[in-house]
Amino acid sequence: MSAGSGSRNTNTEPWGSFEDNLIQGGGSAVIDMENMDDTSGSSFEDMGEMHQRMKEEEEVAAEAAAAEDDGNDDGEFLGMKGLKGQLGRQVADEVWQAGKRQASKAFNLYANIDILRPYFDVEPVQVRSRLIESLVPIRMINFPQKIAGELYGPLMLVFTLVAILLHGMKTSGTVIREGTLMGTAIGTCFGYWLGVSSFIYFLAYLVNAQITMLQTLSLLGYGLFGHCVVLLVTYNIHFHFLFYVLWLLIGGLSTLRMVAALLSRTVGQTPRLLLCGALSLLHMLFLLYLHFAYHKIVEGLLDSLEGPNMAPMQRVARDVPDLTFNATVKSMVVLLRAR
Amino acid sequence: MAAAEDASRPFAGLSDVSISEDIPVEGDISVPLGSSRRDDEFSTLDEPVKETILRDLRAVGNKFIHVLYPKRSSSLLRDWDLWGPLLLCVTLALLLQGGAADSDDQGGPQFAEVFVIVWFGSIIITLNSKLLGGTISFFQSLCVLGYCIMPLTVAMAVCRVVLLSGSGTVSFAVRLAVVTASFGWSTFASTAFLADSQPPNRKALVVYPVFLFYFVIGWMILTFSP
Repeated sequence: MSAGSGSRNTNTEPWGSFEDNLIQGGGSAVIDMENMDDTSGSSFEDMGEMHQRMKEEEEVAAEAAAAEDDGNDDGEFLGMKGLKGQLGRQVADEVWQAGKRQASKAFNLYANIDILRPYFDVEPVQVRSRLIESLVPIRMINFPQKIAGELYGPLMLVFTLVAILLHGMKTSGTVIREGTLMGTAIGTCFGYWLGVSSFIYFLAYLVNAQITMLQTLSLLGYGLFGHCVVLLVTYNIHFHFLFYVLWLLIGGLSTLRMVAALLSRTVGQTPRLLLCGALSLLHMLFLLYLHFAYHKIVEGLLDSLEGPNMAPMQRVARDVPDLTFNATVKSMVVLLRAR
Repeated sequence: MAAAEDASRPFAGLSDVSISEDIPVEGDISVPLGSSRRDDEFSTLDEPVKETILRDLRAVGNKFIHVLYPKRSSSLLRDWDLWGPLLLCVTLALLLQGGAADSDDQGGPQFAEVFVIVWFGSIIITLNSKLLGGTISFFQSLCVLGYCIMPLTVAMAVCRVVLLSGSGTVSFAVRLAVVTASFGWSTFASTAFLADSQPPNRKALVVYPVFLFYFVIGWMILTFSP
């Protein structure tokens, strides 16, 4: 079979000819694979035929495209409208992809909570043991003590302290506007935790102590465990003597723990005194403040907000801790004078 | 033969590709015209408004039932929606209004405060559970926490009714019992849904903030006095 006569021969094959399939479906640019079967690699002449047929097909298609006024909606050929439609869609697609990429980059940069993920990698057993250890001072101060760098425990303790403060409001019989007091409670607790941690870190930075911000946050957070225990007990059992004992005992233990940890990481007498003095002062005073003055601040808030609307009965109920405090002080003064 | 060889050079690589004859290759490859695709999609634009609203209401009601009888099902998680939490939050805030004094301007901040506490509390719990390695998504968690406020809202309504008959010790005891029961129910319901999405040894770490959250809401309800 020569090349020239091959074309004529394929027309008469039982499986059909190329020409029928190429020209019949005007919109279809697909060559029916069925017809490729017998010619694939079988003979060079048929390859040549395929090449010839394809060239003819292109010419036909070009004519068809030129002849058409309205291009296909799908833009399969390079008709003018087809080109614009397809190009427009591609451009829109590109813009969308670029916008999405930029937005996700910005989001990953600023709103990535995965930065905090390693600090929450704790087990319940670890949290429990750290809570108990926060009340147990360690005497080793020649070697830097290990301070756990996690944020789950401290965060939960701050929230627990908020809940206990609110519970305290309830048991002292105050009539409350829930919202403002909740805001004050949250502000106080978070303010203490974040503010005093930053302050201690700043002091540590000044005296060149080996402690990081995360560790101060963690240390002070776990120190709040003592506060939670004391407040939980004393809001339910209103004995001032009990409060003083617990304040010294539990407050003192947790302060000693924090102080020992800091001492082990600071060099020099004056820096140690400065750092540990500041921490113990702030820590103990905060507990005192929470028990006594917090009630007073809250009362002042209520007075300023509610003014003359307050019924007298409610005032009396709120002053109970104050009364006992004043009574204690008065009795002490009387005792001293009696001597 | 030489002409054929020249013509076949572009297809030189194709001569290696051959389909053996015992594998039948048949079929019809044709490019479908795509204009009919749009009409086949389910379009909710043409349905009456009543049907749209009823479908959403049915979904919300279904989730309420799931909260009432909490069992380990994932339907609350799969199709999350925030209509239920919004409804419950608004109801709770409206019921908690009007406490402490009669003046009108005190109603505003209380409503907003309840709203803020519920939503920010939920967001914090969700972030916490995500940071602890949970597999739940942000809005799914918000959905679960919001829906589980329902027992506490019911308790609030009951407390309001009880307070109509006076605010003595008996009523306080009743209110305490109701609020404690509903608080326990809320916590149990939300852990039934959330616990599955956490690694097994860290469930307690996720449950505790949920406990605190519902405790604070329960405290707000208990200390309410008209």
